[in-house]
Amino acid sequence: MNDVVEPILKISNLCKIYSGDFNALKNVSLEIGKGEIVALLGPNGAGKTTLISTICGIVRPTSGKITVAGFDIVNDYRKTRSLIGLVPQELTTDSFETVFNTVSFSRGLFGRPPSPAHIERVLTSLSLWEKRDSKIITLSGGMKRRVLIAKALSHEPSVLFLDEPTAGVDVSLRKDMWQIVRELRESGVTIILTTHYIEEAEEIADRVGVINHGEIVLIEDKQTLMRKLGQKQLMMDLIEPLREIPASLNDFALDLTMSGLRLTYTFDTHEQRADITALLDGLKSAGIAFRDLQTSQSSLEEIFVNLVEGSGRRPFEREVEP
Amino acid sequence: MNFYGVLAIYRFEMSRTRRTLIQSIVAPVITTSLYFIVFGAAIGSRIQEVGGVSYGAFIVPGLIMLNLLTNSISNGSFGIYFPKFVGTVYEILSAPVSTFEIVLGYVGAAASKALLLGFIILLTASLFIELQIAHPLIMLAFLILTAISFSLLGFILGIWADNFEKLSVVPTLVITPLVFLGGSFYSTDMLPSFWQTVSLFNPVLYLVSGLRWSFYEISDVNVWASLGSVLLFLLICFSIVVWIFKTGYKLRS
Ligand SMILES: Nc1ncnc2c1ncn2[C@@H]1O[C@H](COP(=O)(O)OP(=O)(O)O)[C@@H](O)[C@H]1O
Ligand SMILES: [Mg+2]
Repeated sequence: MNDVVEPILKISNLCKIYSGDFNALKNVSLEIGKGEIVALLGPNGAGKTTLISTICGIVRPTSGKITVAGFDIVNDYRKTRSLIGLVPQELTTDSFETVFNTVSFSRGLFGRPPSPAHIERVLTSLSLWEKRDSKIITLSGGMKRRVLIAKALSHEPSVLFLDEPTAGVDVSLRKDMWQIVRELRESGVTIILTTHYIEEAEEIADRVGVINHGEIVLIEDKQTLMRKLGQKQLMMDLIEPLREIPASLNDFALDLTMSGLRLTYTFDTHEQRADITALLDGLKSAGIAFRDLQTSQSSLEEIFVNLVEGSGRRPFEREVEP
Repeated sequence: MNFYGVLAIYRFEMSRTRRTLIQSIVAPVITTSLYFIVFGAAIGSRIQEVGGVSYGAFIVPGLIMLNLLTNSISNGSFGIYFPKFVGTVYEILSAPVSTFEIVLGYVGAAASKALLLGFIILLTASLFIELQIAHPLIMLAFLILTAISFSLLGFILGIWADNFEKLSVVPTLVITPLVFLGGSFYSTDMLPSFWQTVSLFNPVLYLVSGLRWSFYEISDVNVWASLGSVLLFLLICFSIVVWIFKTGYKLRS
């Protein structure tokens, strides 16, 4: 979708070296199209917050160029920052302000004239309207997170950054958050979120970027990614139990489980070899018959672990380790 | 110019004071009254006039300066230190506001509050003594320039400080002594000549002396030297603030 229109966010060769010599971002390049939901997946310390903070103007880039809707974040910072809403990783709020006032403050800060109607809309959509006159200090953690989202949406941004929106949040709140993100997308906002929960990326993102040690290891359409890098397993339920895998089938990555009643074949979907036909022929000539067969595709989690560990090991190998 | 942004910061800072109204108005009224009871009435009755002015009246400009300086610094430093401390500064840093606008919002509010306090003290003083102000416009200029300069100094302090200790060290260890030694409660004529010379290196002397001149036309140093020094101080503080935002010093890594 992003080769047609100008990307809403374009990062070219971004480097960030923190004082001293810590290289937090290494030559990051990235393009994000309007209306996308992109998940940046990476372990703690990967550079996710640094990347977001740089785009938003909180951290100064060491080198490289970032544009938002075609505007440079340094030279046209007023334009770019008013297009961006940021929900920070930490729950940093004022304590004694009321919900309504803190959200109004944000709107003003971002240069917009007062609009109680817009703020009412935002608060209502986040189920915060009843709490509008409550002091922030009296709210629960989940509510505070919503207040931060409301602040970020107060000035009607086109791009919303959510930095680990569900870190340390329980399952039901996490599902609420996903619902909020989907609704926001309906309203046309581009959303970039960071997470270290794979299931989160799998659940809501259109595209997934993996970031590790300050580098974008990969960025790919979620479906393509799972298709391209995913491993598939073919499971065959045998009619007769097998004591061991015949030597004639040694070429295949086979596993024998369930007391010899299940044979599992693991293969990379992007390998083009007609392995399955060969395997089936091999089974036939070894006289192994099966009553049923099914396939399963590895989850994003397995893909992620493989990438980040950089080992390329297969997930099932991990399972048999002591 | 992000007018709404400046207004948002200014209002936010002012509303913080509204929440602690008692503390910000009643407290200075009480302290000022105490000063007049102790220095004006009790001790002042035994001190002769200073430069043709009763001692009670003589200390009014010094008292106003003392409060104006400490209050400007604490407003200015706390205003920016607190968001840094709790983390809400991320919002200011990611907002479409320029350095100048941020400073305008925070320092404007800090100076407004300090000026308000200055007027409260002036009013309280007028309950105890008969006030005469020879040059009200010059008085106003001194009060405004001082409030702005020292709010800026506070702002710098608030950015520099990374703990509460550092935040309070400058007001208590530097400003208070300078004010007390800057002729707030005496004329430098009363000092031995060596200490008179030393006093000339105290910047606060120029402020107190200038303000006192606007009241009674008596001063330790020439009023234009006073006005010049407060302008110079303002310029220095503003340059430091510009440098801070240019380099991101302690704000943007
Ligand atoms: N202000 C800073 N000064 C120096 N190093 C920093 C600073 N902020 C983050 N880092 C370092 O940069 C790396 C990336 O941090 P961060 O962007 O917060 O990662 P993530 O959000 O992916 O967990 C970490 O190793 C962190 O210690
Ligand atoms: Mg982070």
